[in-house]
Amino acid sequence: MNDAILTTHNLTIGYKTSRKNVRCVASDISVSLQAGELVCLLGPNGVGKSTLLRSLAGMQPPIAGEVRLLGENIYHLQPQELAKRLSLVLTEKVDVGMLSAYTLVTLGRYPYTDWWGNLTPEDEAIVHWAIKSVGAVHLAQRQLSELSDGERQKIMIARALAQSPIVMLLDEPTAFLDLPRRVEIMLLLRQLARETNQAILLSTHDLDLALRLADKVWLLSTNGILHIGAPEDLVLSGAFADTFESEGVEFDVASGEFQLHTSHRGEINVMGEGIASVWTIRALKRAGFQVNQKKNGLPISVEVITKSKQVLWQITNSQSVYTHHSLYEMIKFLDRF
Amino acid sequence: MLSEKYKFKTDLLNQKTPVFKSIIFLIILISLILVFLLDLALGSVDIPVNEVIKILLGQEPEKVTWTHIILKFRLPKALTATLAGAALGVSGLQMQTLFKNPLAGPFVLGISSGASLGVALVVLTASATTPTLLADLGIIGDFGLVIAASLGAASVLGIMLVVSRRVQDTMTLLILGLLFGYATSAIVSILLQFSSKERIQSYIMWTFGSFAGVTWKQLVVLIPVILLSLLGAVLQSKSLNALLLGESYARSLGLTVQKTRFSIITSASILAGSITAFCGPIAFLGVAIPHLCRSLFNTSDHRILIPSVTMMGAILALFADLFSQVLVSQMVLPLNAVTALIGTPVVTWVILRRNSKKSFPS
Repeated sequence: MNDAILTTHNLTIGYKTSRKNVRCVASDISVSLQAGELVCLLGPNGVGKSTLLRSLAGMQPPIAGEVRLLGENIYHLQPQELAKRLSLVLTEKVDVGMLSAYTLVTLGRYPYTDWWGNLTPEDEAIVHWAIKSVGAVHLAQRQLSELSDGERQKIMIARALAQSPIVMLLDEPTAFLDLPRRVEIMLLLRQLARETNQAILLSTHDLDLALRLADKVWLLSTNGILHIGAPEDLVLSGAFADTFESEGVEFDVASGEFQLHTSHRGEINVMGEGIASVWTIRALKRAGFQVNQKKNGLPISVEVITKSKQVLWQITNSQSVYTHHSLYEMIKFLDRF
Repeated sequence: MLSEKYKFKTDLLNQKTPVFKSIIFLIILISLILVFLLDLALGSVDIPVNEVIKILLGQEPEKVTWTHIILKFRLPKALTATLAGAALGVSGLQMQTLFKNPLAGPFVLGISSGASLGVALVVLTASATTPTLLADLGIIGDFGLVIAASLGAASVLGIMLVVSRRVQDTMTLLILGLLFGYATSAIVSILLQFSSKERIQSYIMWTFGSFAGVTWKQLVVLIPVILLSLLGAVLQSKSLNALLLGESYARSLGLTVQKTRFSIITSASILAGSITAFCGPIAFLGVAIPHLCRSLFNTSDHRILIPSVTMMGAILALFADLFSQVLVSQMVLPLNAVTALIGTPVVTWVILRRNSKKSFPS
């Protein structure tokens, strides 16, 4: 635990619902963030991920316990001192009016600049470095309002980087992005953690990506317990399955994916190879069939025939043979059985 | 001490040369001087500009009466217009940034409502209770109204400052300001019901707004108050820029939001309140000028906006003053009508321009 940057001791988090009532979200959290690590905070909706992040960021005083940044209680630090060590990327979409991406990133130097916000050559160099690190050099002169969600998120990350923090907290940084952009941002964050030796903690709903990329996962479950470990540790311990257990969805320990419970409609035999048959199996599973690739003699079998870029599906049941030109057609046909 | 990883240069990252912005600043400054001189030169008696300059430099003009006209009437009026435009513009800018609302203006917190109520109370009720005291309307026209309006504006300011320390959410403040405005206009209309025609008229005259009523004696108070508050706004530039990101981000950058909000509301309210007290509630300038400057300089950076809003505000206010007396000879138009006529096209243009930009991203 030598590289621990941010540590919590018996932290109890929550918020006041009225003057007297306090709603406790999670209690007795003792964790630490290590330098150079990418940690993903996972958990079902409404479990208190944002509350935990806000408490760690010094924005929401905890009910009990403390948060220490390099040994100092963050709620005792001057706001400016805290800003030099810890930076944030929030879910809210900012509307800054008319600012270029470059100017927005320079705002990251806020805790370091003089009263007028003048940038020293060093500040400028750090801003340039931050923009380059997120691969947004070509965006620098554009107005922020003209950028797409993914580009804007990169700029917000660059702004957080320009703060030269030792801890960066991100609240669902990939929420509005499509899959390639999500992968890009997550890879970027992991790379940044390595290169800058910062600790990066982000909350996300992207389980699949978190399992593949996180060095460590914090899994906040509905009963307020925070499970900690390598992604694989938490899969093996069953914490994932327990936390996300709900009707109709099941965490498949073997594949590390969520499976939908669908009604069972009998077994089907699939013959064929290649990509086409992989997706045929998925389509059949989606329709509720159990797929068997070896056993012959099942009442229905599907043969995937690939002919020079064209794919055909031949369904054989006891009496007759039907040919289909698309999976959609085939599933519709099976539905009528 | 620059560490190795920061050492590189990228041409793409170098900011565009600020020459363009400097040129606009220069043009604005020259226009300000020109409009100021024009405002001194034109009026019921037209005085040549070179004679105006002579008078300002303390030399003897062709006609001795001109010195009197300029120094006694036109110079205080032009100075008032300059201060008013600058103050209302900057105050509007501060409110727009604080509330993150493009339609916010200097009066969103109910400053003008408070001032109106103060004036209405003096003008409309005094007649009934102490008819002799205010028999001479000159008293009302001079310091009486100013004091009433100042008290009205100051008490709203006081209430808002107390509330702003208690209320966490900035939006709540905005709504409270609006509600306060409705309540005061209700009280004013009830007062109007019970007042005589002459009283109502002098109240209405005040609501038209005017730069002409301010004397040198009052300017001695007004000038330092406005200049100090403008200085306060300049000092807030950096915080205002951080607030563009929203309060959560601003706080994460080390800004103490409550304290900053308090100082912004204080300076914006003093700017708007003192101008309203001396000139009446002048509409539209405060909303329009920040928009005009944003699209002129293509930025929301307050370090550029505050100086430019100060100057553009002065220009537009002087222009409105010129317009109100030159358009119809021998008559002075209500200032508020003129500012609205100038302000509406500006705001319309800005909104339409912004919309077309948004719908066709480059």
